[in-house]
Amino acid sequence: MNIVVCAKQVVDVGEIKVNPSTGKPVLEGIPKKISDIDKNAAEEAIRIKEKLKGKVTVITVGSEDARERIKEILAMGADDAVLIVPPEGADYHVISNLIAKAIKDMGQVDLVLCGEASIDMFSGQMGPRIAGAMDIPQLSYAFKIDAEAEKITAERNMGDKRVVSESTYPVLLTVTKEINVPRLPSLMQILGSAAKPIKVLKAPDMNVPDLAPKVVLEDVKGLAMNRKNLIFKDDLDQAVKDLAENLSKDGALG
Amino acid sequence: MVFVFSDNEKIAIEMLAKAVEISRELGSKPSAVVLGRDGQEKARKLVAAGASVVYLAGQDMDEIKAEEGSEILHSICKEVDPPLIMIGSTKTGKEIAPRLASLLDAGLSTDSRKLYVRDGSIVTERIVYSGNGVATERFASKPAIVTVQAKTYDPLPPDDSRGGEIVTKDIAPREYGSKILKVESMVSEGANVEDAQIIVSCGRGFKSSQDLKLIEDLAKSLKGYTLGCSRPIAADLKWLSEDHWIGLSGHKVKPKLYVACGISGQIQHVAGMRDSGIIVAINKDENAPIFKVVDYGIVGDLYTVIPKLVQAINEKA
Ligand SMILES: Cc1cc2nc3c(=O)[nH]c(=O)nc-3n(C[C@H](O)[C@H](O)[C@H](O)COP(=O)(O)OP(=O)(O)OC[C@H]3O[C@@H](n4cnc5c(N)ncnc54)[C@H](O)[C@@H]3O)c2cc1C
Ligand SMILES: Cc1cc2nc3c(=O)[nH]c(=O)nc-3n(C[C@H](O)[C@H](O)[C@H](O)COP(=O)(O)OP(=O)(O)OC[C@H]3O[C@@H](n4cnc5c(N)ncnc54)[C@H](O)[C@@H]3O)c2cc1C
Repeated sequence: MNIVVCAKQVVDVGEIKVNPSTGKPVLEGIPKKISDIDKNAAEEAIRIKEKLKGKVTVITVGSEDARERIKEILAMGADDAVLIVPPEGADYHVISNLIAKAIKDMGQVDLVLCGEASIDMFSGQMGPRIAGAMDIPQLSYAFKIDAEAEKITAERNMGDKRVVSESTYPVLLTVTKEINVPRLPSLMQILGSAAKPIKVLKAPDMNVPDLAPKVVLEDVKGLAMNRKNLIFKDDLDQAVKDLAENLSKDGALG
Repeated sequence: MVFVFSDNEKIAIEMLAKAVEISRELGSKPSAVVLGRDGQEKARKLVAAGASVVYLAGQDMDEIKAEEGSEILHSICKEVDPPLIMIGSTKTGKEIAPRLASLLDAGLSTDSRKLYVRDGSIVTERIVYSGNGVATERFASKPAIVTVQAKTYDPLPPDDSRGGEIVTKDIAPREYGSKILKVESMVSEGANVEDAQIIVSCGRGFKSSQDLKLIEDLAKSLKGYTLGCSRPIAADLKWLSEDHWIGLSGHKVKPKLYVACGISGQIQHVAGMRDSGIIVAINKDENAPIFKVVDYGIVGDLYTVIPKLVQAINEKA
């Protein structure tokens, strides 16, 4: 079974602050990490490999510094990785076509796994877009997967419905956070990951016909939250009184 | 033809109000697509809500499979060449829209909150970085595709006298290697957090589902509230149905008062409630991130604090 995991390097959104003078979110110096749910996708891929044998390849579209983060997934048990450096201003159209092309160039791939959405842009576009570009079936929002040699079954969280779907290979799945708990690699595995290959590709060398974005990002404004931030503690009898008093003053007690 | 599609009729009707307005600017007409059974009846409602044309397709489908849904929409789009496609941001919509975008080589912006035409281009705004920013994006493709969440637009008052054409399309999608084996409707407890004025939300600080009773008394003292929750309560523990789930991947709410009990306040939760009027938190961990985003907070064990708070509020009233 040849499995691809799509993993994105993101800024740790919990750490973002808004610069009060420019009104823009400050991204410089914010720690980067692999988007949370992509680790769940990697964990699932590795479990399937353990069951059915095969190979797990990580694909990341991002800047060269994503290398370090990709190693975390190699340490978990993926075999190798492809890092694609995108052109400036790449959108989902461009990135999904780069990923689909990289997969095509790998030869036979049976299963592609993505996260349901990334933690920074949270659009959930990439999985279905890649499936569309590859013209293969898609099973999204899987919270439980059973992979067998000839077919794969997924239980999917479709909001007000639970849907059980199955598919032959090749197929793309997007997984939710609830599907598993990603393993923590051992020190040996972390050291071993250094020897695993990461192939770096530059978008212009990949023979993808259309690298022009369809969505142009014009501006990002920060959304700061200004709250009163009155915290009551220690004497709880007093604390509840203070809270009730304030809520009453604010007219929140009806 | 501006195109509207949602498997959720309410969102389709809301989006039509915007489609009517933006069609004028684009010199186009508002239209809608209905997939699945009982199309005629649904189509009439969409006409009353503003659609000039409603296309019916896939009438033998019980469930909309993303591969088939996007193929059908693609085929209608090729015929009518819409400048703009609006898709309701349900799970079904969110799995169809990107696949359709890839078939059309088109741009897609998810959860669009604002949509307008500037110098002939379609421009949209959406929340990024889990609520820390709002991005302005311009489309460089025809069509432009957006997904739209519930309550983004106010529906037009239904007008049954409005004329509109209903067109049936016979489009047989290809065979795909996937199939739906089973669909199970989740028991919904009917919570409508999006309309609620007061929300009390629970998180993993509660030790068991029985303990949620603790906050029923709070409901009485606050003269009613709607129960909300964090993702793990609905998705992992399944103590409450999905309609209670608040956050980036759940419902977006803006009540006058939001009380978070035993919720750590990770940014993905805050993204769903940051527009609330007053935010209150009860958490035993003084360093919990929730305290950075509240108006009032109490540091303490919720099992002690909630009963005391009920008493204090009752004394006020
Ligand atoms: C502020 C801002 C706004 C943007 N808005 C848009 C927009 O509206 N439309 C648009 O077309 N582009 C947009 N872009 C570009 C966009 O961020 C990139 O296309 C991004 O790589 C995809 O983002 P996502 O996080 O939403 O992915 P999602 O679609 O939410 O990710 C789902 C899954 O796809 C996989 N995946 C996603 N990205 C990658 C990757 N780079 N490498 C490997 N796997 C990946 C992962 O498995 C991930 O879990 C924007 C960029 C910025 C900075
Ligand atoms: C892409 C993505 C999307 C997500 N979307 C959402 C979303 O839509 N909504 C959402 O909620 N989450 C979402 N999450 C998950 C989110 O990151 C957090 O994991 C989640 O919100 C945590 O839930 P919690 O606060 O209930 O639990 P925890 O983080 O476990 O917090 C429990 C809190 O209870 C407190 N506590 C414990 N015992 C007591 C007590 N006796 N009295 C008082 N306090 C107590 C603890 O101090 C702690 O702060 C998403 C995550 C990702 C990666």
